[in-house]
Amino acid sequence: MLAAFVLASAVMAVTTRHIFRAAIYLLFTLMGIAGIYFWMQYEFIAAVQIVVYVGGITVLIIFSIFLTQQAGELLPTQPAIKQLFAGLAAFCAFAFTMLQVYQHNFNSPVAVKMEPSVVNIGNKMISVQQGGYALPFEVVSILLLAALVGCVVIAMRAKSVDKEEQVNI
Amino acid sequence: MEPGLYHILFVSALIFFIGVFGFFTRRNLVTMLMSVELILNSVNLNFIAFNKYLWPGELDGLFFSIFIIAIAAAEAAVAIAIIINLYRSHQSIDVEKAESMKY
Repeated sequence: MLAAFVLASAVMAVTTRHIFRAAIYLLFTLMGIAGIYFWMQYEFIAAVQIVVYVGGITVLIIFSIFLTQQAGELLPTQPAIKQLFAGLAAFCAFAFTMLQVYQHNFNSPVAVKMEPSVVNIGNKMISVQQGGYALPFEVVSILLLAALVGCVVIAMRAKSVDKEEQVNI
Repeated sequence: MEPGLYHILFVSALIFFIGVFGFFTRRNLVTMLMSVELILNSVNLNFIAFNKYLWPGELDGLFFSIFIIAIAAAEAAVAIAIIINLYRSHQSIDVEKAESMKY
């Protein structure tokens, strides 16, 4: 049920010709995936999904649509032969992947279950022992800082060029 | 019937290839970015499913998902900054028209 909802809105997100509707369908898809996380009882990752994807990335995408698109303009359609080949390629790859997955026998788990609670996640996240995630955590922090600085630099470039031109004049 | 690992894998593979299809057919940078988000989400779903059904003693898959989400957020922000800059200089975000760096 939830999966059907996710899949239907994902298909609409890549096929609708209104770019704004595509963004809204993408929002529904992300919400549905967060619902699947809730169903699997991974509440923390579901909350992160909602906050980062639904609250952050979708808003970013909608703003960029506002900034770059004329209102009510339809996207141009691709030639039918191109769509046909793209769909065929995607479907063949999907069939191949599912064939591999169904032929493979996954080992059933033997370890005792560790609850995906916030306490466990936090303890693992800052632990520096074997199997701790302190170093990747720091690396991702540096990466986010670098991305932030990079965005500012990209956004500032046009303005600073203007300033230099004014100085030269 | 209780849904198991294979059903989750089926759904996530389908989302992945819907994203791939969108990436092939779209020619607008923002919609291509949306397709990339779909692909990244299906990968996250796979990690969580494997963590729940095959490796419940540890939380490795969950941490991979968290880091993927963080990197995807950074990637989306940088991509949108580039797209808006491209729109400023070219008045278009169509990939066919953004070929001035090609040669």
